[in-house]
Amino acid sequence: MTDLKIEQTIAALLRTGVLVAGAVVLAGGVYYLAAHGMETADYRKFGAQSNADRLVQQIVTGAIALRPRSVIQLGVLLLIATPILRVAVSLIGFTLERDRQYVTITAIVLGLLVYSLASGMAGG
Amino acid sequence: MTVAEFVPIVFGASLAAGFLGSLTGLGGGVIVTPVLTLFLGVDLRYAIGASLVSVIATSSGAAAAYVRDGYSNIRIGMFLEIATTVGALCGAFLGTRVPVSALGIVFGLILLQSAWQATHEHQRGKTAVPPDPLGERLRLNGSYNDNGVQESYAVHRVKAGFGLMFGAGAISGLLGIGSGSLKVIALDQAMGIPFKVSTATSNFMIGVTAAASASVYLSRGYVNPGIVMPVMLGVLAGSMIGAKFLARLPVVLLRRVFAVVVGVIALQMIAAGVRGKL
Repeated sequence: MTDLKIEQTIAALLRTGVLVAGAVVLAGGVYYLAAHGMETADYRKFGAQSNADRLVQQIVTGAIALRPRSVIQLGVLLLIATPILRVAVSLIGFTLERDRQYVTITAIVLGLLVYSLASGMAGG
Repeated sequence: MTVAEFVPIVFGASLAAGFLGSLTGLGGGVIVTPVLTLFLGVDLRYAIGASLVSVIATSSGAAAAYVRDGYSNIRIGMFLEIATTVGALCGAFLGTRVPVSALGIVFGLILLQSAWQATHEHQRGKTAVPPDPLGERLRLNGSYNDNGVQESYAVHRVKAGFGLMFGAGAISGLLGIGSGSLKVIALDQAMGIPFKVSTATSNFMIGVTAAASASVYLSRGYVNPGIVMPVMLGVLAGSMIGAKFLARLPVVLLRRVFAVVVGVIALQMIAAGVRGKL
Protein backbone atom coordinates (compact mmCIF):
# COMPACT_ATOMS: atom_id res chain seq x y z
CA MET A 1 0.00 0.00 0.00
CA THR A 2 1.59 3.28 -1.08
CA ASP A 3 0.46 6.84 -0.36
CA LEU A 4 -0.83 7.16 -3.93
CA LYS A 5 -2.79 3.92 -3.64
CA ILE A 6 -4.37 5.14 -0.40
CA GLU A 7 -5.31 8.40 -2.08
CA GLN A 8 -6.88 6.67 -5.09
CA THR A 9 -8.98 4.45 -2.83
CA ILE A 10 -10.03 7.52 -0.89
CA ALA A 11 -10.97 9.49 -4.01
CA ALA A 12 -13.22 6.66 -5.21
CA LEU A 13 -14.75 6.45 -1.74
CA LEU A 14 -15.43 10.18 -1.60
CA ARG A 15 -17.10 10.20 -5.00
CA THR A 16 -19.30 7.23 -4.13
CA GLY A 17 -20.20 8.86 -0.82
CA VAL A 18 -21.26 12.09 -2.52
CA LEU A 19 -23.28 10.22 -5.16
CA VAL A 20 -25.11 8.08 -2.60
CA ALA A 21 -25.75 11.05 -0.28
CA GLY A 22 -26.89 13.18 -3.23
CA ALA A 23 -29.27 10.46 -4.42
CA VAL A 24 -30.78 10.08 -0.93
CA VAL A 25 -31.22 13.87 -0.59
CA LEU A 26 -32.77 14.04 -4.08
CA ALA A 27 -35.19 11.17 -3.38
CA GLY A 28 -36.11 12.70 -0.02
CA GLY A 29 -36.49 16.08 -1.73
CA VAL A 30 -38.94 14.86 -4.37
CA TYR A 31 -40.94 13.10 -1.68
CA TYR A 32 -40.79 16.24 0.51
CA LEU A 33 -42.12 18.43 -2.32
CA ALA A 34 -44.94 15.97 -2.97
CA ALA A 35 -45.89 15.75 0.70
CA HIS A 36 -45.29 19.32 1.90
CA GLY A 37 -45.24 21.41 -1.32
CA MET A 38 -48.26 23.49 -0.36
CA GLU A 39 -47.01 24.38 3.12
CA THR A 40 -45.46 27.77 3.85
CA ALA A 41 -41.67 28.06 3.65
CA ASP A 42 -40.48 30.60 6.18
CA TYR A 43 -36.78 30.72 6.94
CA ARG A 44 -36.58 34.42 7.84
CA LYS A 45 -36.32 33.72 11.52
CA PHE A 46 -34.17 31.03 13.06
CA GLY A 47 -36.22 28.52 14.99
CA ALA A 48 -39.37 29.16 12.98
CA GLN A 49 -38.78 25.88 11.13
CA SER A 50 -37.80 23.74 14.06
CA ASN A 51 -39.28 20.55 12.62
CA ALA A 52 -35.88 19.19 11.59
CA ASP A 53 -34.27 16.12 13.05
CA ARG A 54 -31.05 17.01 14.83
CA LEU A 55 -29.80 13.83 16.38
CA VAL A 56 -28.44 10.77 14.61
CA GLN A 57 -30.98 8.54 16.32
CA GLN A 58 -33.94 10.77 15.35
CA ILE A 59 -32.75 10.91 11.76
CA VAL A 60 -32.36 7.16 11.40
CA THR A 61 -35.70 6.38 13.08
CA GLY A 62 -37.46 9.02 10.97
CA ALA A 63 -35.89 7.80 7.74
CA ILE A 64 -36.92 4.21 8.46
CA ALA A 65 -40.46 5.51 8.99
CA LEU A 66 -40.02 7.22 5.57
CA ARG A 67 -40.66 10.75 6.80
CA PRO A 68 -39.52 12.99 3.89
CA ARG A 69 -37.60 15.50 6.04
CA SER A 70 -35.80 12.68 7.84
CA VAL A 71 -34.81 11.08 4.53
CA ILE A 72 -33.15 14.37 3.48
CA GLN A 73 -31.36 14.56 6.85
CA LEU A 74 -30.19 10.97 6.37
CA GLY A 75 -28.57 12.06 3.09
CA VAL A 76 -26.88 14.93 4.97
CA LEU A 77 -25.65 12.50 7.61
CA LEU A 78 -24.22 10.20 4.91
CA LEU A 79 -22.46 13.21 3.42
CA ILE A 80 -20.93 14.19 6.77
CA ALA A 81 -19.86 10.57 7.27
CA THR A 82 -18.00 10.50 3.94
CA PRO A 83 -14.90 12.54 4.96
CA ILE A 84 -14.92 10.79 8.34
CA LEU A 85 -14.78 7.45 6.53
CA ARG A 86 -11.98 8.90 4.43
CA VAL A 87 -9.90 9.49 7.55
CA ALA A 88 -10.71 5.97 8.76
CA VAL A 89 -9.47 4.51 5.46
CA SER A 90 -6.26 6.55 5.76
CA LEU A 91 -5.81 5.11 9.23
CA ILE A 92 -6.04 1.58 7.81
CA GLY A 93 -3.61 2.54 5.05
CA PHE A 94 -1.01 3.93 7.45
CA THR A 95 -1.43 0.87 9.67
CA LEU A 96 -0.68 -1.37 6.68
CA GLU A 97 2.36 0.78 5.91
CA ARG A 98 3.40 0.30 9.56
CA ASP A 99 3.81 4.06 9.78
CA ARG A 100 3.34 4.53 13.52
CA GLN A 101 3.82 8.28 13.43
CA TYR A 102 0.97 8.77 10.95
CA VAL A 103 -1.21 6.14 12.58
CA THR A 104 -1.06 8.36 15.68
CA ILE A 105 -1.72 11.59 13.77
CA THR A 106 -4.64 10.06 11.83
CA ALA A 107 -6.10 8.54 15.00
CA ILE A 108 -6.15 12.00 16.62
CA VAL A 109 -8.04 13.48 13.64
CA LEU A 110 -10.50 10.57 13.59
CA GLY A 111 -11.01 10.89 17.35
CA LEU A 112 -11.84 14.60 16.98
CA LEU A 113 -14.35 13.90 14.20
CA VAL A 114 -16.05 11.08 16.06
CA TYR A 115 -16.14 13.27 19.15
CA SER A 116 -17.91 16.07 17.28
CA LEU A 117 -20.49 13.68 15.86
CA ALA A 118 -20.92 11.90 19.18
CA SER A 119 -21.30 15.14 21.16
CA GLY A 120 -24.02 16.02 18.66
CA MET A 121 -25.67 12.68 19.35
CA ALA A 122 -25.78 13.57 23.01
CA GLY A 123 -27.47 16.80 22.04
CA GLY A 124 -24.54 18.88 23.35
CA MET B 1 -44.15 31.61 -0.15
CA THR B 2 -44.99 27.93 -0.39
CA VAL B 3 -42.42 25.15 -0.25
CA ALA B 4 -43.10 24.34 -3.92
CA GLU B 5 -42.11 27.92 -4.85
CA PHE B 6 -39.24 28.33 -2.41
CA VAL B 7 -37.33 25.16 -3.32
CA PRO B 8 -36.90 25.90 -7.08
CA ILE B 9 -35.83 29.51 -6.35
CA VAL B 10 -33.22 28.41 -3.81
CA PHE B 11 -32.07 25.64 -6.15
CA GLY B 12 -31.58 28.15 -8.98
CA ALA B 13 -29.69 30.59 -6.76
CA SER B 14 -27.48 27.79 -5.41
CA LEU B 15 -26.80 26.52 -8.93
CA ALA B 16 -25.58 29.98 -9.91
CA ALA B 17 -23.51 30.29 -6.71
CA GLY B 18 -21.89 26.89 -7.27
CA PHE B 19 -21.10 27.79 -10.88
CA LEU B 20 -19.53 31.12 -9.90
CA GLY B 21 -17.72 29.59 -6.95
CA SER B 22 -16.12 27.02 -9.19
CA LEU B 23 -15.13 29.50 -11.91
CA THR B 24 -13.67 32.04 -9.51
CA GLY B 25 -12.03 29.45 -7.29
CA LEU B 26 -13.80 30.97 -4.29
CA GLY B 27 -15.94 27.90 -3.63
CA GLY B 28 -19.74 27.75 -3.66
CA GLY B 29 -20.27 28.08 0.09
CA VAL B 30 -18.85 31.55 0.39
CA ILE B 31 -21.19 32.83 -2.35
CA VAL B 32 -24.40 30.94 -1.56
CA THR B 33 -24.68 32.26 2.02
CA PRO B 34 -24.88 35.99 1.17
CA VAL B 35 -27.20 35.21 -1.76
CA LEU B 36 -29.59 33.37 0.56
CA THR B 37 -29.49 36.00 3.30
CA LEU B 38 -29.40 39.23 1.27
CA PHE B 39 -31.65 38.30 -1.65
CA LEU B 40 -33.96 35.63 -0.25
CA GLY B 41 -34.19 36.85 3.33
CA VAL B 42 -33.07 33.54 4.84
CA ASP B 43 -31.77 33.69 8.43
CA LEU B 44 -27.97 33.65 8.39
CA ARG B 45 -27.89 30.57 10.65
CA TYR B 46 -29.97 28.46 8.24
CA ALA B 47 -27.80 29.69 5.38
CA ILE B 48 -24.60 28.75 7.23
CA GLY B 49 -25.87 25.24 7.97
CA ALA B 50 -26.90 24.64 4.37
CA SER B 51 -23.71 26.11 2.91
CA LEU B 52 -21.51 23.98 5.17
CA VAL B 53 -23.20 20.83 3.89
CA SER B 54 -22.69 21.93 0.29
CA VAL B 55 -18.99 22.55 1.04
CA ILE B 56 -18.54 18.89 2.04
CA ALA B 57 -20.28 17.81 -1.17
CA THR B 58 -18.22 19.93 -3.56
CA SER B 59 -14.88 19.22 -1.89
CA SER B 60 -15.48 15.45 -1.82
CA GLY B 61 -16.76 15.49 -5.39
CA ALA B 62 -13.66 17.32 -6.65
CA ALA B 63 -11.19 15.10 -4.76
CA ALA B 64 -10.97 12.51 -7.54
CA ALA B 65 -9.70 15.06 -10.06
CA TYR B 66 -7.03 16.30 -7.65
CA VAL B 67 -5.82 12.79 -6.86
CA ARG B 68 -5.60 11.98 -10.58
CA ASP B 69 -3.20 14.91 -10.97
CA GLY B 70 -1.16 13.54 -8.06
CA TYR B 71 -0.50 16.93 -6.49
CA SER B 72 -2.00 16.48 -3.04
CA ASN B 73 0.22 15.50 -0.12
CA ILE B 74 -1.68 13.22 2.24
CA ARG B 75 0.83 13.60 5.09
CA ILE B 76 0.77 17.39 5.06
CA GLY B 77 -3.02 17.24 4.84
CA MET B 78 -3.49 14.78 7.69
CA PHE B 79 -1.01 16.49 10.01
CA LEU B 80 -2.60 19.91 9.51
CA GLU B 81 -6.10 18.50 9.83
CA ILE B 82 -5.43 18.21 13.55
CA ALA B 83 -5.26 22.01 13.60
CA THR B 84 -8.20 22.65 11.24
CA THR B 85 -10.47 20.17 13.02
CA VAL B 86 -9.81 21.63 16.48
CA GLY B 87 -10.24 25.10 14.93
CA ALA B 88 -13.52 24.08 13.26
CA LEU B 89 -14.95 22.77 16.53
CA CYS B 90 -13.98 25.99 18.34
CA GLY B 91 -15.43 28.06 15.48
CA ALA B 92 -18.70 26.13 15.43
CA PHE B 93 -19.17 26.45 19.21
CA LEU B 94 -18.33 30.15 18.99
CA GLY B 95 -20.67 30.55 16.01
CA THR B 96 -23.66 29.29 17.96
CA ARG B 97 -23.01 31.98 20.63
CA VAL B 98 -21.99 35.08 18.67
CA PRO B 99 -24.76 37.57 17.65
CA VAL B 100 -25.87 37.16 14.03
CA SER B 101 -25.00 40.76 13.12
CA ALA B 102 -21.37 40.21 14.17
CA LEU B 103 -21.25 37.00 12.13
CA GLY B 104 -22.46 38.95 9.10
CA ILE B 105 -19.70 41.53 9.47
CA VAL B 106 -16.97 38.88 9.82
CA PHE B 107 -18.46 37.05 6.84
CA GLY B 108 -18.30 40.20 4.71
CA LEU B 109 -14.67 40.83 5.65
CA ILE B 110 -13.64 37.26 4.79
CA LEU B 111 -15.54 37.54 1.51
CA LEU B 112 -13.64 40.73 0.65
CA GLN B 113 -10.34 39.02 1.42
CA SER B 114 -11.22 36.00 -0.78
CA ALA B 115 -12.26 38.21 -3.69
CA TRP B 116 -9.03 40.17 -3.41
CA GLN B 117 -6.94 37.03 -3.26
CA ALA B 118 -8.69 35.46 -6.27
CA THR B 119 -7.83 38.38 -8.53
CA HIS B 120 -4.25 39.00 -7.54
CA GLU B 121 -1.41 37.31 -9.27
CA HIS B 122 -0.05 34.49 -7.26
CA GLN B 123 3.33 35.22 -5.72
CA ARG B 124 5.58 32.43 -4.69
CA GLY B 125 5.97 32.09 -0.92
CA LYS B 126 9.36 33.21 0.34
CA THR B 127 11.68 30.27 0.75
CA ALA B 128 14.62 32.32 2.01
CA VAL B 129 14.35 30.60 5.37
CA PRO B 130 15.85 27.10 5.53
CA PRO B 131 13.55 24.07 5.45
CA ASP B 132 12.01 23.31 8.83
CA PRO B 133 13.62 20.34 10.65
CA LEU B 134 10.14 19.57 12.01
CA GLY B 135 8.98 18.98 8.43
CA GLU B 136 11.80 16.50 8.04
CA ARG B 137 10.85 14.68 11.25
CA LEU B 138 7.20 14.52 10.22
CA ARG B 139 8.24 13.45 6.69
CA LEU B 140 6.16 16.20 5.11
CA ASN B 141 8.59 16.89 2.29
CA GLY B 142 7.58 15.45 -1.07
CA SER B 143 7.72 15.73 -4.81
CA TYR B 144 5.26 16.24 -7.64
CA ASN B 145 5.17 16.08 -11.40
CA ASP B 146 5.30 19.59 -12.87
CA ASN B 147 4.76 19.39 -16.64
CA GLY B 148 6.82 16.23 -16.96
CA VAL B 149 9.57 17.27 -14.53
CA GLN B 150 9.63 15.68 -11.08
CA GLU B 151 10.05 18.60 -8.68
CA SER B 152 10.82 17.94 -5.04
CA TYR B 153 9.98 20.41 -2.30
CA ALA B 154 10.75 20.92 1.36
CA VAL B 155 8.36 22.32 3.94
CA HIS B 156 9.09 25.55 5.81
CA ARG B 157 7.71 27.12 8.99
CA VAL B 158 5.64 24.13 10.12
CA LYS B 159 4.53 25.75 13.41
CA ALA B 160 3.36 28.95 11.68
CA GLY B 161 1.45 26.88 9.13
CA PHE B 162 -0.13 24.81 11.89
CA GLY B 163 -1.24 27.97 13.71
CA LEU B 164 -2.70 29.51 10.55
CA MET B 165 -4.57 26.27 9.87
CA PHE B 166 -6.18 26.52 13.30
CA GLY B 167 -7.39 29.98 12.24
CA ALA B 168 -8.63 28.70 8.88
CA GLY B 169 -10.52 25.90 10.64
CA ALA B 170 -12.07 28.35 13.12
CA ILE B 171 -13.27 30.64 10.29
CA SER B 172 -14.64 27.63 8.44
CA GLY B 173 -16.56 26.47 11.51
CA LEU B 174 -17.72 29.97 12.42
CA LEU B 175 -19.06 30.94 9.00
CA GLY B 176 -19.87 27.57 7.43
CA ILE B 177 -17.50 28.02 4.50
CA GLY B 178 -14.63 25.91 3.18
CA SER B 179 -12.09 28.71 3.79
CA GLY B 180 -9.98 27.27 0.99
CA SER B 181 -8.28 30.60 0.32
CA LEU B 182 -7.00 30.82 3.91
CA LYS B 183 -5.77 27.23 3.77
CA VAL B 184 -3.86 27.96 0.58
CA ILE B 185 -2.25 31.00 2.26
CA ALA B 186 -1.04 28.82 5.12
CA LEU B 187 0.31 26.11 2.83
CA ASP B 188 1.73 28.24 0.09
CA GLN B 189 2.77 31.52 1.72
CA ALA B 190 3.74 30.35 5.20
CA MET B 191 5.03 26.86 4.52
CA GLY B 192 6.45 27.52 1.06
CA ILE B 193 4.70 24.52 -0.50
CA PRO B 194 4.32 24.71 -4.31
CA PHE B 195 1.02 26.30 -5.38
CA LYS B 196 -0.35 23.23 -7.18
CA VAL B 197 0.37 21.02 -4.18
CA SER B 198 -1.17 23.67 -1.88
CA THR B 199 -4.47 23.90 -3.78
CA ALA B 200 -4.85 20.13 -4.11
CA THR B 201 -4.00 19.49 -0.45
CA SER B 202 -6.31 22.30 0.65
CA ASN B 203 -9.23 20.75 -1.25
CA PHE B 204 -8.54 17.45 0.43
CA MET B 205 -8.64 19.11 3.85
CA ILE B 206 -11.80 21.16 3.33
CA GLY B 207 -14.21 18.20 3.56
CA VAL B 208 -12.76 16.92 6.82
CA THR B 209 -12.77 20.39 8.40
CA ALA B 210 -16.37 20.97 7.34
CA ALA B 211 -17.50 17.56 8.60
CA ALA B 212 -16.27 18.45 12.09
CA SER B 213 -18.32 21.65 12.33
CA ALA B 214 -21.31 20.27 10.37
CA SER B 215 -21.85 17.71 13.13
CA VAL B 216 -22.13 20.55 15.66
CA TYR B 217 -24.49 22.58 13.46
CA LEU B 218 -26.67 19.56 12.71
CA SER B 219 -27.24 18.92 16.39
CA ARG B 220 -28.13 22.57 16.95
CA GLY B 221 -30.83 22.69 14.30
CA TYR B 222 -28.93 24.85 11.78
CA VAL B 223 -29.26 22.15 9.14
CA ASN B 224 -32.86 22.34 7.95
CA PRO B 225 -33.96 19.79 5.33
CA GLY B 226 -36.22 22.21 3.45
CA ILE B 227 -33.31 24.51 2.69
CA VAL B 228 -30.34 22.17 2.76
CA MET B 229 -31.86 20.00 0.03
CA PRO B 230 -32.04 22.64 -2.75
CA VAL B 231 -28.77 24.28 -1.61
CA MET B 232 -26.70 21.11 -1.57
CA LEU B 233 -28.05 19.80 -4.88
CA GLY B 234 -27.83 23.23 -6.52
CA VAL B 235 -24.28 24.05 -5.43
CA LEU B 236 -23.08 20.56 -6.34
CA ALA B 237 -24.63 20.70 -9.82
CA GLY B 238 -23.42 24.28 -10.34
CA SER B 239 -19.82 23.53 -9.41
CA MET B 240 -19.76 20.43 -11.63
CA ILE B 241 -20.96 22.52 -14.57
CA GLY B 242 -18.42 25.21 -13.66
CA ALA B 243 -15.55 22.71 -13.64
CA LYS B 244 -16.52 21.60 -17.16
CA PHE B 245 -16.54 25.20 -18.45
CA LEU B 246 -13.35 26.18 -16.67
CA ALA B 247 -11.03 25.12 -19.49
CA ARG B 248 -13.05 26.89 -22.20
CA LEU B 249 -13.69 30.29 -20.67
CA PRO B 250 -11.42 33.33 -20.23
CA VAL B 251 -10.95 32.64 -16.55
CA VAL B 252 -8.73 35.62 -15.69
CA LEU B 253 -11.23 38.10 -17.11
CA LEU B 254 -14.16 36.30 -15.46
CA ARG B 255 -12.40 36.34 -12.11
CA ARG B 256 -11.91 40.10 -12.26
CA VAL B 257 -15.55 40.72 -13.19
CA PHE B 258 -16.91 38.39 -10.54
CA ALA B 259 -14.50 39.67 -7.90
CA VAL B 260 -16.12 43.09 -8.26
CA VAL B 261 -19.58 41.51 -7.90
CA VAL B 262 -18.46 39.51 -4.86
CA GLY B 263 -16.84 42.64 -3.39
CA VAL B 264 -20.15 44.53 -3.67
CA ILE B 265 -21.99 41.62 -2.04
CA ALA B 266 -19.40 41.58 0.75
CA LEU B 267 -19.95 45.29 1.44
CA GLN B 268 -23.73 44.75 1.51
CA MET B 269 -23.24 41.93 3.97
CA ILE B 270 -21.15 44.17 6.24
CA ALA B 271 -23.72 46.97 5.93
CA ALA B 272 -26.57 44.59 6.77
CA GLY B 273 -24.61 43.38 9.80
CA VAL B 274 -23.85 46.91 11.01
CA ARG B 275 -27.50 47.95 10.65
CA GLY B 276 -28.61 44.79 12.44
CA LYS B 277 -30.68 43.62 9.49
CA LEU B 278 -29.52 40.02 9.38
